[in-house]
Amino acid sequence: MAFDQEKDEFKVVGTRPDRPDGIDKVTGRARFGADATAPGMLHAVIIRSPHAHARIVKIDTSKAEAAHGVKAVVTRADFAEGLDGENWNILENLMAGERALYDGHAVAAIAATSSLAARDAARMLEVEYEVLPHVTDVDKAMQEGAPVIREGAADGSVPAGMHPNVVRCHDSGHGDPEDGFAEADLVIEERFTTEATHQGYIEPHACLGTLGPDGRGELWCCTQGHWNVQKVCAALLDIETSKLRVTASEIGGGFGGKTAVFIEPVALALSRKANRPVKLVMPRADVFRATGPTASTSMDVKIGMKKDGTITGASGEFRCQGGAFPGAPMEFTAMCAFAPYALKHVHQVGYDVMTNRPKQAAYRAPGSPMAAFAVESVIDELCNRLGLDPIDVRLKNASREGTKANFGPSWDRIGLVETLEAAKEHPHFSAPLAEGAGRGISCGFWFNHAGETAVQLALSEDGTVQLSVGTPDIGGSRASMCMMAAEELGIPYEDVRTTIADTATLGYNEISHGSRVTYASGLATIEAARDTVKKLCKRAAAKWGIDAEAVEWRDGCAIPSGPNAGDFDPMPIKEIARDMGKTGGPIVGHFEATPEGAGVSFATHIVDAEVDRETGATTITRYTVVQDAGKAIHPSYVEGQYQGGAAQGIGWALNEEYVYDDDGRLQNAGFLDYRIPVASDLPMIDTVIVEVPNPGHPYGVRGVGETSICPPLAAIANAVSNAAGVRMQDLPMRPSRILEALKAGS
Amino acid sequence: MIHVSTTVNGDAHEFLCDPRETLLDALRDRLELTGAKEGCGTGDCGACTVLLDGRPVCSCLVLAAEAKGREVGTVEGIADGEDLHPLQRKFIEHAALQCGICTPGILVAAKALLERNPDPNETEVRYWLAGNLCRCTGYDKIIRAVLDAAGEMREAT
Ligand code: FES
Ligand code: FES
Repeated sequence: MAFDQEKDEFKVVGTRPDRPDGIDKVTGRARFGADATAPGMLHAVIIRSPHAHARIVKIDTSKAEAAHGVKAVVTRADFAEGLDGENWNILENLMAGERALYDGHAVAAIAATSSLAARDAARMLEVEYEVLPHVTDVDKAMQEGAPVIREGAADGSVPAGMHPNVVRCHDSGHGDPEDGFAEADLVIEERFTTEATHQGYIEPHACLGTLGPDGRGELWCCTQGHWNVQKVCAALLDIETSKLRVTASEIGGGFGGKTAVFIEPVALALSRKANRPVKLVMPRADVFRATGPTASTSMDVKIGMKKDGTITGASGEFRCQGGAFPGAPMEFTAMCAFAPYALKHVHQVGYDVMTNRPKQAAYRAPGSPMAAFAVESVIDELCNRLGLDPIDVRLKNASREGTKANFGPSWDRIGLVETLEAAKEHPHFSAPLAEGAGRGISCGFWFNHAGETAVQLALSEDGTVQLSVGTPDIGGSRASMCMMAAEELGIPYEDVRTTIADTATLGYNEISHGSRVTYASGLATIEAARDTVKKLCKRAAAKWGIDAEAVEWRDGCAIPSGPNAGDFDPMPIKEIARDMGKTGGPIVGHFEATPEGAGVSFATHIVDAEVDRETGATTITRYTVVQDAGKAIHPSYVEGQYQGGAAQGIGWALNEEYVYDDDGRLQNAGFLDYRIPVASDLPMIDTVIVEVPNPGHPYGVRGVGETSICPPLAAIANAVSNAAGVRMQDLPMRPSRILEALKAGS
Repeated sequence: MIHVSTTVNGDAHEFLCDPRETLLDALRDRLELTGAKEGCGTGDCGACTVLLDGRPVCSCLVLAAEAKGREVGTVEGIADGEDLHPLQRKFIEHAALQCGICTPGILVAAKALLERNPDPNETEVRYWLAGNLCRCTGYDKIIRAVLDAAGEMREAT
């Protein structure tokens, strides 16, 4: 499974064929979460707490149950009891127990014959609340006297004496930063904050579930990982996992937010009660109020630098707020913070803090973008004050192969230096800046992930192949899978069809997350294709009456080699396929494993920004993404990941934020007030694909989906700070903040 | 229930609907035309964009009853049988979609643009599509696909 040094010529990989699901998606034929129906189907709504924190005194369902068209009402009592660990957290989040823990926390659900009937009945459900004190700010939640979200939620990692809302702690590093600071010519220490932002996928969560009295069920849903949905639903409904078959629909964006389970067990519980299929589609406001935003953060970063640009020491404290449950990605924030740099003295601490907000969910490289914002801002300020070039300083301190990482291990082959060099050579970096504009640079890092993976490749009798993978296609991955299979088998791209298999068809597949799909399902596809090739060669060998070892596979044909070379004509895959029924039966290749070796990835972004000093509005005038892809299978979709991450980063840096009022209610639960970038907000986004092969993949692939969102917050903040002449330390840099900063700076 | 007769993609349709029902719901649930998507239900995302007498509208903000006697155009009606519209071909060729949930609304809106302005510049395309959110692509490839399709359509006429 290691990088194949010999494989340096590709026929299919690196080209840009049309995606196999393209026609379905441009004609409206593709079926997403909300597009399924079933005979006798009911429509469901979820009733949610209007309070940030309240004891649920009583739920009276009688009037709602008697309402026109209502077939079932469920509350917490309709789910499994006695759960613990993360299953308990998920259940508590998707249906409140004794207390509502945030504005939008589910308390009951109704299924009726139409969605209007369900909505009408929702108004008749009576819930009595006793309102409790709440806290939504990360720093306030850690202070003495802050309301406790859940007593005893902290694990053993938290130092004694901290507030019970601090539930986990990460501490790592090496050397002694104080020694490093003593060697520095300049030390800067600053505080930075970022607000919670939502993944903002355009498709709300949606599912259609059937659960019969015999405990057997079918579920259709938009998810990044249907095996996980199967596992969680089975636990929360107390049924056997294999009795529930889950099919992943086309998915309308996820970015991490659809790795979590929010509605599927509710639809199944309603179905079990009503004995009819139930469709549940989240309204957009519910998506904002009750599905995972990313963590908000408060961070202190201190870095020392010599006049020549050498970083002598670095330390950081990263406080991440993850809502009313443990899980804010503070360890990733801490570990990613200084990853781009080779440091003798470094120390990072992370805290996971609970508040009365929705349970955070993964959002594209969870935790890393915020850390980069804090660290790369301080580095930019050091460069400015010491009069140093921002790329040269980063090159001087860059992590390389063999460098001891800030969190412990030594780096394998990595491509940070190559991205910096490519950025330096890019015309953008040396282009003159308009009067009043600013330029920002930032590096970013993400681990990438591999995970449990199973695929199957079945040969059809006409010589085309059917590839089944278990990782939902969130951005064109079926095209890459077809390409890798075609490459290995030596057949045309069009002869491979890739399907996302349901949970009854393949072994367990981990979620499409951690930028793992092209890496892990790709590696599995290559291995399954090689397994198939072995079987194909064996069939040819048997026919020719020679040793299977003496058969080679080239350009889609079995070819006699060694002593038998030239003895027989090449036997094409179509011929072997046609005869396979007579030569030993079906030919199927497969692969099941948890690969190791998802290579980490680094990026460098360059941004130009203009700030309107009258209104405080920022315009991004030019944007360049340089990122290491290891090997780009389908370059268009790699570019697409780069551009999409940059655009989300622009929104996060400039506009997007969860706004809470004093009452703890979310003020902007809609796309009008939670403003994601629109077409007229953005420039074209230039991309440079750097390819430093990942030693852990046959073609050198590294995940690309997440790293693209790591540098933007910092790069944009640096550009805006340089344009405005004041250091921006709080995100988002909305116009009012920029005006305040300009006023304070002048 | 209200009785509605309307034309969708050139075909005559009749349905009964609740007075509160949106055109989007009627298209999706009653006519099984699920190409138009609901991203927000409040007119903010454009995923539900359809043409009403040739004008792009958010079908989540139009009542189903308002379709009476009018012509509705959805993404399902853009292609001419098996022949894709140049916009559809260019969207695939330029990889202008990742997840594809925004694509139906954007195609309908872009087609309306090119009917009004066959030679738009980048800024005009960006402002015309400003009501259609895409979270995946950063719009770069969408804008290029629209400009390329416009060029091809101009050459063909
Ligand atoms: S669903 Fe109509 S604009 Fe969003
Ligand atoms: S392609 Fe996913 S929202 Fe546009």
